[in-house]
Amino acid sequence: MKKHIIDFKIVENRRLHDIYSLLILTPTSGQQLPPIKPGQFVQVAIDNSKTTFLRRPISINFVDYEANQLWLLVRKAGDGTSHLINMKPEESLNIILPLGNGFSIPADKNTRVLLAGGGVGIAPMLYLGQVLKEQGFSPEFLIGARSAKDILQLDILQKIGTVHISTEDGSLGEKGLVTTNTILSQDIDLIYCCGPAPMMKAIANVAKNINAQCEVSLENMMACGVGACLCCVENTVKGNVCVCTEGPVFNINQLTW
Amino acid sequence: MVNLNVNIGNIALKNPVLTASGTFGYGEEFSDFIDLNKLGGFIVKGTTLNHREGNPYPRMVETPSGMLNAVGLQNKGVDYFIDQIYPRIKDIDSQIIVNVSGASIDDYVAVCEKLAPLDNINAIEVNISCPNVKQGGMAFGTTTEGAAQVTKAVRKAYPKTLIVKLSPNVTSIADIAKAVETEGADSVSLINTLLGMAIDIERQRPYLSTITGGLSGAAVRPIAVRMVWQVAKAVNIPVIGLGGIMNGRDAIEFMLAGASAIQVGTANFIDPTVTLKIIDFMNEYCDRHNIKDINEIIGQI
Repeated sequence: MKKHIIDFKIVENRRLHDIYSLLILTPTSGQQLPPIKPGQFVQVAIDNSKTTFLRRPISINFVDYEANQLWLLVRKAGDGTSHLINMKPEESLNIILPLGNGFSIPADKNTRVLLAGGGVGIAPMLYLGQVLKEQGFSPEFLIGARSAKDILQLDILQKIGTVHISTEDGSLGEKGLVTTNTILSQDIDLIYCCGPAPMMKAIANVAKNINAQCEVSLENMMACGVGACLCCVENTVKGNVCVCTEGPVFNINQLTW
Repeated sequence: MVNLNVNIGNIALKNPVLTASGTFGYGEEFSDFIDLNKLGGFIVKGTTLNHREGNPYPRMVETPSGMLNAVGLQNKGVDYFIDQIYPRIKDIDSQIIVNVSGASIDDYVAVCEKLAPLDNINAIEVNISCPNVKQGGMAFGTTTEGAAQVTKAVRKAYPKTLIVKLSPNVTSIADIAKAVETEGADSVSLINTLLGMAIDIERQRPYLSTITGGLSGAAVRPIAVRMVWQVAKAVNIPVIGLGGIMNGRDAIEFMLAGASAIQVGTANFIDPTVTLKIIDFMNEYCDRHNIKDINEIIGQI
């Protein structure tokens, strides 16, 4: 897929939480968004930061082709993302997109798919869920968080499919970790997963136990995002491969977890 | 019309802008963003005799105005390059230069012998300065004897333009440059990355799997400019300058210090089109200063 460098402007910065913002962007020039697959990501340039100069990889939360808008769900982690979550409408962002491979969509529409996200790992699941639904699947979501207030975009996810929730404090859904949610004891064919590495590894184990296929989205530290610097490698059955080009989505059978 | 054409050994560059090895893949990675034919040339990823997996993850960390990397020369080996990659890129109308690394002098020679017959590759850059491999690499580049030995052996095996890439992790880079000039190098390129280190204080562990790594980016630029200036004064072969060049201004700075051509590295990660912007700046700068030929500014300091 052809990669583009596009100047975007912020249409809206919707603060979802102390440390999460939903940035809704549109190309400044009015040009149409390029084709984007669920699970792909962007590299965002951070201007005027005192401590960062590399771009920040951010997964694509949603693509609204009708409104020509790109949604990025950003979690404040360091100075770069701190700058992003504080951006104001009309401010501009230079973005390289779309990057990476994206999730695979099965041919059989009867495949029972579960989209599991932990924390900001829910980000790519909204667009994936929407695309799956449009293609005739009945996607279900599994969200894990510390507490009810950390569950993001619940209302919009519920419009797409059933949402199963686990919170560590039991304030919403089942009490406990996502990996112990009862949905995982059901007959799931394919689990898509994005979240902290320990969560993805645990989900991958569950998937193996219930004989489900499982794709995980990795977020290794990267510099270029286009396969040039070879910094973001993951050790796979094929040796070290770039997460930015061969991933970020991997079938767990490809990984050495 | 400004003349931007410069010569390095027996190769002519249509402009002084090259891309640094390890920051531009095999060129193809950037073909969505820029017309590769417009570059003076590009230097492909460090190539070794055999396939190398490189170092374990994590391999990079951002530092103030720079980054540390510890990739460790991951590549599929010279035969794979010749069979699979070269046919895809050979018709790009730009100088393709292969960066060559080895763990022993025999390795360097073997790679050079394989590359020499390739019609569309007329120069190699011999890397005696990689800080991220246990054997070879920088070990050859930190003594005048080691640098001379590799250059002498490669010179016999490679008849076309031979560039030697120097390490800044030395007491006197000018002495190393003179040693490789004496053994027949056509040009030297500098600087490779500076050996550095960063620690995650919360986890109380180094950020890189290898503990130390190579520092690049704007943070190293003044050191690189100084070294280019020192080397350009010490040798009679053309110098290729690199180290933290982020824009056209920086590129001109290196040329004034004595560089006949420049390489853009880390800046490609931030702006994949930066090389073309630098070429535009060179034209604009020369016009503004009433310079007809960019060769006039080389080594003016």
